[in-house]
Amino acid sequence: MRSGRRRAPSRRIRWMPILAIVVSLATLLPLGFVVWAGIATGWGTAAALIFRPRVGELLTSTVLLVVCTLPLCIVLATALAWLTERSDLPGVRIWAWLAVAPLAIPAFVQSYAWITLFPGLHGLFAGVLISTLAYFPFLYLPVAATLRRIDPGLEEAAASLGQPPWRVFFRVVVPQLRLALCGGSLLIGLHLLAEYGLYVFIRFDTFTTAIVEQFQSTFNGPAANMLAGVLVLCCLGLLALEVVLRGERKYARVGSGASRPAPRTRLGRRRIICVLLPAGVTLLSIGVPLLTIAQWLAAGGSAVWQADAMVPALMQTLGLAIAGGVVATLAALPMAWLSVRSPGPLSRLLEGSNYIIGALPGVVVALALVTITVRVVLPLYQTSVTLIFAYALMFLPRALISLRASIAQIPIGLEQAAASLGRSPARVMSSITLRLAAPGVASGMALVGLGITNELTATQMLAPNGVRTLAMAFWSLSGEIDYAGAAPYALMMVVLSVPLTWVLYAESKRIAGR
Amino acid sequence: MKLSIFSVALALVSAAPLVANAQDASSPGITVYNAQHESLAQAWADGFTKETGIKVTLRNGGDTEFGNQIIQEGAASPADVFLTENSPAMVLVENAGLFAPLDADTLALVPDNFRPASGKWTGIAARSTVFAYDSRKLKPDQLPKSLMDLADPSWKGRWAASPSGADFQAIVAAMLELKGEQATAAWLKAMKENFTAYKGNSTAMKAVNAGQTEGAVIYHYYWFGDQAKTAENSKNVALHYFRNQDPGAFVSISGGGVLASSKHPKEAQAFIKWIAGKGGQDVLKTGNSFEYAVGIGAQSNPKLVPLSDLQAPKVEPSNLKSKQVTDLMTAAGLL
Repeated sequence: MRSGRRRAPSRRIRWMPILAIVVSLATLLPLGFVVWAGIATGWGTAAALIFRPRVGELLTSTVLLVVCTLPLCIVLATALAWLTERSDLPGVRIWAWLAVAPLAIPAFVQSYAWITLFPGLHGLFAGVLISTLAYFPFLYLPVAATLRRIDPGLEEAAASLGQPPWRVFFRVVVPQLRLALCGGSLLIGLHLLAEYGLYVFIRFDTFTTAIVEQFQSTFNGPAANMLAGVLVLCCLGLLALEVVLRGERKYARVGSGASRPAPRTRLGRRRIICVLLPAGVTLLSIGVPLLTIAQWLAAGGSAVWQADAMVPALMQTLGLAIAGGVVATLAALPMAWLSVRSPGPLSRLLEGSNYIIGALPGVVVALALVTITVRVVLPLYQTSVTLIFAYALMFLPRALISLRASIAQIPIGLEQAAASLGRSPARVMSSITLRLAAPGVASGMALVGLGITNELTATQMLAPNGVRTLAMAFWSLSGEIDYAGAAPYALMMVVLSVPLTWVLYAESKRIAGR
Repeated sequence: MKLSIFSVALALVSAAPLVANAQDASSPGITVYNAQHESLAQAWADGFTKETGIKVTLRNGGDTEFGNQIIQEGAASPADVFLTENSPAMVLVENAGLFAPLDADTLALVPDNFRPASGKWTGIAARSTVFAYDSRKLKPDQLPKSLMDLADPSWKGRWAASPSGADFQAIVAAMLELKGEQATAAWLKAMKENFTAYKGNSTAMKAVNAGQTEGAVIYHYYWFGDQAKTAENSKNVALHYFRNQDPGAFVSISGGGVLASSKHPKEAQAFIKWIAGKGGQDVLKTGNSFEYAVGIGAQSNPKLVPLSDLQAPKVEPSNLKSKQVTDLMTAAGLL
């Protein structure tokens, strides 16, 4: 399915790259800070801090985590997506929603639940198990959306040439899932590298947990900055891998006729066996945390519900999530448009810088911003402006991936037609691009909002004095092993995340451009 | 899904700063960088506000994290007061010259051995190092005689600690002061081989209770606090005090100080004075923190082993070096 590469209207070329470059420069601030810290540290000290056994340990555990978790997520998400989109599984709509619902459970709440059930759970196995349950929806969403969208005509053509169903799937369907699999895997990979709370509960050390520990001991000692440097290199590796695997192909459907929904495969007697998969996953990924929270709430009784602490925490979290969601989406727009409409070395470079920022642990972003605000723009130090700026940087990739996928679905001809009819670039952007990309905008904002609701490390460092989000309260209480006291906050984070997850789900159900 | 979503969202963004109510420097309240347990600091803040009407905003974090953060912030620090769980971070800030001298009548509330001679900060509470052990697995005669014994290969895989916490790092700082750099570095290297890392002292104690490890090097009050609640994380745990001036008998002093850059020095000084005085020390005696009171004439909770019976080693708090400790621990691969 190739459409020829054409030049976008030249008037647009002027300001979109400029905006994109401005955003990219902002995203490079934390990275620049790490590099500056490295230079300031000096090669001798830096080498001593990088080439030490501890870094080897961390590298091994981090790589193992990614290598074990991603294939599991891919298989699980693709199987679930196929069952919910392409088969006549009983209760298919409910299973489709339940496959996305784990996103409403913050990763560290997932961990808190499992550690309650199995106090001895720790190490790589625990890390892979909980990470898979927490993050597979990031792959399920794009894969399911793609399965729903692709034209069954291709598969039928292949089948008519005598290919058996499984070969049709692997030779015709899977190649079309490439963008979805790459984008989703990258997102999960970056999460694995940047997540903190989940791994602390199960005593699994990754670069991020080690960096946070170093920060808690030294605030910004060279050791932490060097670890961050290695982590950045890991992210670059992931990013390069995704670029290579994603390839150059276009996947928009052009030509005459219209796409239609694919027919669902009849499972027949296999239905019962097939239902076991989504049911089992739901039990583990949603059942376990919800039952655990319920158990702690029951154990805590009414004493754990302290409205004077909870209401402000809820309001603050909500405000930050909305503000950050909007800012991140606006910041991601020029980049997303550029990467789809005029792909090239420049847009690759810019996009790359945006993904790196998303992979940096919140604590690195926070430290960079603490340093910059305290030394350069003091009025912004410990203000909500800085915190929202940090959120926008950290969650830019989420907004970007959603937007990119949506914009890729918009035939370029529509934009060109609007421009040729005399509309200004800004009008074209708002009346065509944004409107047709609305699902991507909405799901991007929801994803960012979700991320902010559950963000911990940067929030703790950058929050204005007196701000205490749900995640901060949950973390502080669970750190004191007051698991009952932490439960209401866990519940509130889940309740807050459910509608955001629902938006994601609903938008993924819509077919873009219709 | 029309563009109206944007206008709605933008309207909400403009409301966000209202949600995040940053402390205004012109208000009469004070901002406290608090590395003490939140519940204890909150009880102090509430008691102080009730008595004086001065609003207290807590920012919660870790000892050395805040110590270094204050140094980064320098004169621009929003903090008026710094409270810690241990001394090394106080020393860090003191050596950077960022503390204002405390009022003489505040210093008069605390005995000499619980505050540095400089008078730049004061002890506000104290905690004793303990070896919290699984009483089902270990009999008193099998316990380590000294903290140094835990480096022995016979202890491999049998004990736990929370190396990333300021609490444990303070114990290492005391060891460094008492035994010197070489012995401490060797001990840390052996520790890396022998111990299991947990995040937080409560978590380490919980692991002992669950039979995951035989003992943990923590502070005394975690056990008392849990016993006072449901004892669900300490019912199989007993405390071993090393005594005998051992590094493992180290009593760590929690500190409080007023920053030289404070915009509200009067209120900040009053807060430290209140904590070191009867009001603050009574919170330690009657509350659920179970930390030792340090004020002259102040009583600790009667459930605790009296401070005078602990045979703690003599360590001058101003000599505790946090940076050297984290460097040594980093070199040993613990951080």
